[in-house]
Amino acid sequence: MATDRIVGIDLGTTNSLVAFMQGESPVVIPGDDGSNLVPSVVALDENNQAVIGNAARGLLISTPERAVYSIKRLMGRGLEDVQEELKFFPFRLAEDLHAGEVLRIKLGEKAFTPPEISALILRQLKRNAERFFGGKVTKAVITVPAYFNDAQRQATKDAGRIAGLEVLRLVNEPTAASLAYGLDQKQNGTVAVYDLGGGTFDISILKLHDGIFEVIATNGDTHLGGDDIDNLLITIALDDIQGDLGSDLRKDAEAVQAIRKAVIEAKIALSSQASTRLDIELPGGKRYQREITREQFEQLIQPIIDRTVGPCKQALKDAALKPEQIDEVVLVGGSTRIPKVRSLVKELFHREPHTDLNPDEVVALGAAVQANILGGGSTATENMLLLDVTPLSLGIEVAGGVTDKIILRNSTIPASATQFYTTQVDGQANVAIHVLQGERELAKDCRSLARFDLKGIPAMAAGMARIEVKFLIDANGILHVSAREQRSGKEAEVEVQPSYGLTDEQVEGMILDSFDSAEEDFRQRQVIEARNEAATILAALETGKKSSAWGQLTTDEKKKIAKLEKALIAVNDEEDYQAIRKAIDLLNQGTMRLAELMMDDAVSTALKGKKMDEADVGEGPSAPHPVAKAEFE
Amino acid sequence: MRATHFCEACGKVQPPAPVDYFTFFGLPRKLEVDVTALNRDFYELSRKLHPDLNARAGSQEQEWSLQQTSRLNDAYRTLKDPIKRTHYLLKLEGVELEEQSKSATEEARATGQTKKQIVPPDLLEEVFELNLQLEELRMQKKMGEDDAALIEEIGRQKVELEAKQESLLQELKDRWKIWDGLIQREQNGQPVSEEERKQERDKMVDVLNRRNYIRNLVRDVSEALEN
Repeated sequence: MATDRIVGIDLGTTNSLVAFMQGESPVVIPGDDGSNLVPSVVALDENNQAVIGNAARGLLISTPERAVYSIKRLMGRGLEDVQEELKFFPFRLAEDLHAGEVLRIKLGEKAFTPPEISALILRQLKRNAERFFGGKVTKAVITVPAYFNDAQRQATKDAGRIAGLEVLRLVNEPTAASLAYGLDQKQNGTVAVYDLGGGTFDISILKLHDGIFEVIATNGDTHLGGDDIDNLLITIALDDIQGDLGSDLRKDAEAVQAIRKAVIEAKIALSSQASTRLDIELPGGKRYQREITREQFEQLIQPIIDRTVGPCKQALKDAALKPEQIDEVVLVGGSTRIPKVRSLVKELFHREPHTDLNPDEVVALGAAVQANILGGGSTATENMLLLDVTPLSLGIEVAGGVTDKIILRNSTIPASATQFYTTQVDGQANVAIHVLQGERELAKDCRSLARFDLKGIPAMAAGMARIEVKFLIDANGILHVSAREQRSGKEAEVEVQPSYGLTDEQVEGMILDSFDSAEEDFRQRQVIEARNEAATILAALETGKKSSAWGQLTTDEKKKIAKLEKALIAVNDEEDYQAIRKAIDLLNQGTMRLAELMMDDAVSTALKGKKMDEADVGEGPSAPHPVAKAEFE
Repeated sequence: MRATHFCEACGKVQPPAPVDYFTFFGLPRKLEVDVTALNRDFYELSRKLHPDLNARAGSQEQEWSLQQTSRLNDAYRTLKDPIKRTHYLLKLEGVELEEQSKSATEEARATGQTKKQIVPPDLLEEVFELNLQLEELRMQKKMGEDDAALIEEIGRQKVELEAKQESLLQELKDRWKIWDGLIQREQNGQPVSEEERKQERDKMVDVLNRRNYIRNLVRDVSEALEN
């Protein structure tokens, strides 16, 4: 049904895609330029209009100060977290940022939060899908790196809302990929998904069991990917240029973007060639030229790709599996095209990895599969169910700044934990709870998720209150907290201060085209409702024509009804709900006497001891002939 | 009897019943659990209760689906693991193992002393020796030295400790049988005295404590060898 159209979205660091389930198989929806991939680049043109994707890539070179890429790296992060990123990425932070605040990135003179920039990409995908379907798209499944923490997930969900999408589920990227693979190869076994994308790395180990995709363990690094390889190559080129030509181009944003474009092309070329040549035109007409062999390239990137080994080993350890016990290894993400990455994976898992599906598209395809499951399923997804886990342990700060873990990593979600708190002083009305995510012993080394204030605790002597606090991680991997004072049974109010998130009100204020789309949604709903009503009255009329009451109408009355019926059918296919409503009203009035006659018949039949429902519905050929009707009276 | 999680007639998710994990799966409060059957039930219930399969239901049902599934996952996680299951049953029986451990940890922090660990008497000598060796290994690693003989010796002890850990699990499983026997007797209408129950509980607590001690030791040894 059109209203249930749910799309699957891969909101990637480098590229984003939207897909949906077409019959039995998921397909990617192309943009108006015919390309399946929408580069995750956002720019403002000279009129301050947002430009997204391939069109924005051009602006990234010509007006880099008005463009941004790899925004995913900043999702759900604070000023303190991103110092390292700022050394390598040309993110221009707003000048008036404070610690603990949501970041704002400048595009020209305007500033946007990372969820707003992601929302612009999502809106582009939404538009592509709407153009493809010729109708509204309001619901989506969006993928996130498995190793994303609560704040990063929340930021992604906020981005969806800002783009005017109801995010039905956040799905972990490697798990989504396994769904796309599992669709073709319905079998049982243990699968490892190695997902090295533009900016993030995930490893997930799953057990497949008669359509249930059960994640056993997951691990990763949300700041490791192709970007890091690019940045390394850029740094080398900049050093080279400074050495050879004596000019430091680090501050020249345009030149840096030109170099970035060239090294990415070289990186891609080296996946299929033994060597390639960098040839970059620099400001002032000079050229930077350099030959690079695959061997040199592999040596350079070794330290970067070696960073994926630790998470893989940890995931195997957590799953209590040896590499030999993995039946299949699946490669996901553009960076797995690099031959050196493939050989590393082969070495780690002692087997040749699968590469049947396009590593750039497989996550979006899997998201479409999950969207189909959420929408009620189809023959293709029958029996399929995803059981995912939380990638990081959830903890509470206790005395001495120590983390008390209450939900361990790799617990199947939804998962919950209950903790009891009491008051320290007489009449204490508030209790503060600091929620953390991470594996470290000390609270300061874990990620601060939020501070919760339990408020409105009834006045009692110290230590008398018994406050039950329930922590629940939902199927999106997002935390919910509720509290109740047990002695009084009173719900305590939970006030959340997300550590790096937007408040509900802030998100509300950012919703793109909220007014326009609300109006459009309203209009669409009206059309659908009017059509439903028209269908009901037309069906009733068909019934009436077969009933004995029809025979009691005059020829004129019948003609009039036929005319009104035709009029309603004529406007029913148009988008004008007011016209449909008007035609319904007219037909209603015109059939008033028919309805009365039918009602009379029904009542008199009932009086003769027949059932009402037998009597008021004429049954086609076997229905009493109008002439025979008299005998009832 | 399993608690009612969904309507048998229409398949709709029902509000969560306030029951313990055993009742959630319709299991008696016994420690010997058929894990294969538990697995099967977990998958079967997931297929009925999971939020993904109730995404089109009303908001109330969606909420119940979320609550029920989190409960299902919590119960499954606890019951499938022999140690967690024993801890949980003891907790239902009023033994607060976790609380004891927590208060010991907090006391140690408050007083600045190391947490008191009760060394199983039969291991006293071995543990003392092992700790000295571990200390030496850490020192050597810091200096960048590599004493193959020492590493081999510690590795050998690690294998022994792991075997010990395994045998303690077996010992625990033997205690399960006795405990389950008591419960069975009770179900058959024969009274079981509180004294008897306490005795069996205490024995299980003792095995768990010893096993926990060995487990921590194995962890320390592994860390020292890996780093």
